[in-house]
Amino acid sequence: MLLTFVAIVEDKPGVLTRVASLFRRLNVNIVSLTVGRSEKNGVSRMTIVSDASPTAGHRIMASLYKLEDVLQVDDVSAHSSVTRELALIKVAATPKTRSHIFELAEVFRARIVDLAPESLMIEITGVESKIEGLIQVLNESEDRILEVSRTGKMVMRRGQHTSRVLDAMRVPLKESEVETVSPDDDAIVDEEAKLPQ
Amino acid sequence: MGEEKSTGTRLTGSEILWATLAAEGVTEVFGYPGGAILPVYDALRKFPIRHILVRHEQGASHMADGYARASGKVGVAIATSGPGATNLVTGIATAMLDSIPMLCITGQVSSKALGTDAFQEVDITGITLPVTKQNYMVTRPEDVASTIRKAMQVARSGRPGPVLVDFTKDAQQASALFDFEAAAPDAYRPHPMLGFEDESILKAAEMIRSAKRPVILAGHGIIQSGAREQVLALVERLQIPVATTLLGLGGFPASHPLALGMMGMHGEAWVNHAIQQSDLLIACGMRFDDRVTGSLSTYAVNAKKIHIEIDPAEINKNVKVDVALIGDLAEVLEQLLPHLSPRNTGKSEWLTEIDATKGDCAVKDIQNLPDTGHLYAAHVMHDLWHATDGKAIVATDVGQHQMWEAQYYKHEDPRTLITSGGLGTMGFALPAGIGAKVACPEKEVWIIAGDGGFQMTASELSTIAQENLDINIAIVNNGYLGMVRQWQEFFYDKNYQSSPILSPDFAKLAEAHGISGATVRTRTEAVEAIKTARAHKGPFLINFLVEKEDSVYPMIPAGSALHEMIRRPEKNPLIETAQDV
Repeated sequence: MLLTFVAIVEDKPGVLTRVASLFRRLNVNIVSLTVGRSEKNGVSRMTIVSDASPTAGHRIMASLYKLEDVLQVDDVSAHSSVTRELALIKVAATPKTRSHIFELAEVFRARIVDLAPESLMIEITGVESKIEGLIQVLNESEDRILEVSRTGKMVMRRGQHTSRVLDAMRVPLKESEVETVSPDDDAIVDEEAKLPQ
Repeated sequence: MGEEKSTGTRLTGSEILWATLAAEGVTEVFGYPGGAILPVYDALRKFPIRHILVRHEQGASHMADGYARASGKVGVAIATSGPGATNLVTGIATAMLDSIPMLCITGQVSSKALGTDAFQEVDITGITLPVTKQNYMVTRPEDVASTIRKAMQVARSGRPGPVLVDFTKDAQQASALFDFEAAAPDAYRPHPMLGFEDESILKAAEMIRSAKRPVILAGHGIIQSGAREQVLALVERLQIPVATTLLGLGGFPASHPLALGMMGMHGEAWVNHAIQQSDLLIACGMRFDDRVTGSLSTYAVNAKKIHIEIDPAEINKNVKVDVALIGDLAEVLEQLLPHLSPRNTGKSEWLTEIDATKGDCAVKDIQNLPDTGHLYAAHVMHDLWHATDGKAIVATDVGQHQMWEAQYYKHEDPRTLITSGGLGTMGFALPAGIGAKVACPEKEVWIIAGDGGFQMTASELSTIAQENLDINIAIVNNGYLGMVRQWQEFFYDKNYQSSPILSPDFAKLAEAHGISGATVRTRTEAVEAIKTARAHKGPFLINFLVEKEDSVYPMIPAGSALHEMIRRPEKNPLIETAQDV
């Protein structure tokens, strides 16, 4: 089961090693890990997606808190939150084959950020499945993917107002499904509905 | 530099280190000098701190550990960079597994040379990352005081543990202003998952009140938290029997009528039976280690469990519990006790039932059997306990003798058993016993080691001689790596591969160090030798030549249920279990 933690940590050398080493020690695989600065000076924010048993969540969180450099941990797996990942995809494309990739990019609301005689680069942001979707479509249309670089998931809990907004829209709030029913993800839902099976 | 900042005294990084340690209350350190720590050693003479020169840095970390276990203070070990630092690692891991507050200071090459594979450079903060509670590298003299103070705070706060500070040579040599007060760390951040609902206390109290067959599992936390009074109150108010973990021994007085003794792999039969038959386990400052539970699927299946523990990561780790009270044991019990009123003092059926199983074990006990002229390790432990009235500090090594000591030496007081529980580090006893003696010079200290473990760190005999420490050493010598041999006997068809071990004449080895010694072969000689050693001023070593192929019973094979123990064969006139005469 995928467990997602957001850890607020001190921005110091060695902190990433400590956090990563903790997962290694617990024999839990890290699926993705993103780190960057947070809203506070000297404090970084990590989003860690790990593949662990559902009961491991408590122990991972308790163990993370035992690290002196960890300030705050949130197990966001079960909470209503916004998830995004960014990917850069370089695809082999000649002037003849470009246009169909342009079309695809439009469907996926991706952007072409670089164009060369024999390749182009797509930038796409969204939930994991959307990125997977584009990659799959590219593969199936026999476009040759040259390089893929993905950031891994970034997660932020939704604001407290979300449930009220949903109430007003008369959409029942289901924690696990909120990703696909909340209003600001509509675009993504639409796009995913168009994806080939 | 700001005007108001110049209140401190200008000192070198090395001087700041000692000044900070002294102001933190450190009076003794254990260490070994070398190139990258020499400025620190050069500055030592100006400070009121005693340095004990060890013979191997592993000894320094075990001594700091033994010092901490015996005194409750933070033990301090110092080593140079490279091999000096790596030699500390076994001792650091030992302290980590047993939650011992310890500060290790290592020299490091100059900050400009870091990462260049300079002479005696090693990435010790990288190496010790998984075996320290926290570690730091100091590259500037102005960071020394604050880092050392923070390290001391981390080592002793919450669930204690070892902390390492790696100190580059240039930071030792350069100077900065020293202001002890200004270097104070922020208040320690308690683990955010500490605490519990009031409801949980009420629920726990209700479970305790309604339990018919409760058992208290007394762990190391009783000693670390200083919760002896509170546990005694709980026990006596409700007449609950107490089973103890290896590291919990001494936390609860062994002579108490409700003390059952040690639980687990080599626990007494009645203790493990009581746990298996129990309807409520109250775990106090213990972590349900595999050596304590045996197979988890069959562990106390009919018992509800209350877990009082300071480390949230231990909750539901091995054993699922019904109520978790996360916090300092003494504080939690203070909150729990008002909800529990004394129960009538009549002996419950439960206690009578446990007592009945004790009788069955006692008849086969070696203490109750006629003297055959053979000397058994159990005799040695029993006689040592008898001679010292259970009041000595005993440092044990790892293996058979450690278990016999735990069974036969009845510890009355906290911090009187110094032993490596979690990591099971052979070679621990001798240096740890030295550390304990340095911490408590007025106390009688016995080091008990097997012939195997003793030889792992035997070089520290020389430290005892140099410091002229009044320590008694008992070597339980059976010519084997005894516990390995026992496993080979039980589980590997008596294939004694690499377990017979040749030893020097230990009494002569002692003599070579200027330490008095004796060799003992019989029970009568044993009692006499113990008397001589206790009366002797200065160190004394006794080499007890005991029965070679004796085993520790009962024994629960790894992975078996707690009640599926291997009992002593009926026809073998040896020990069944410990029961005092």
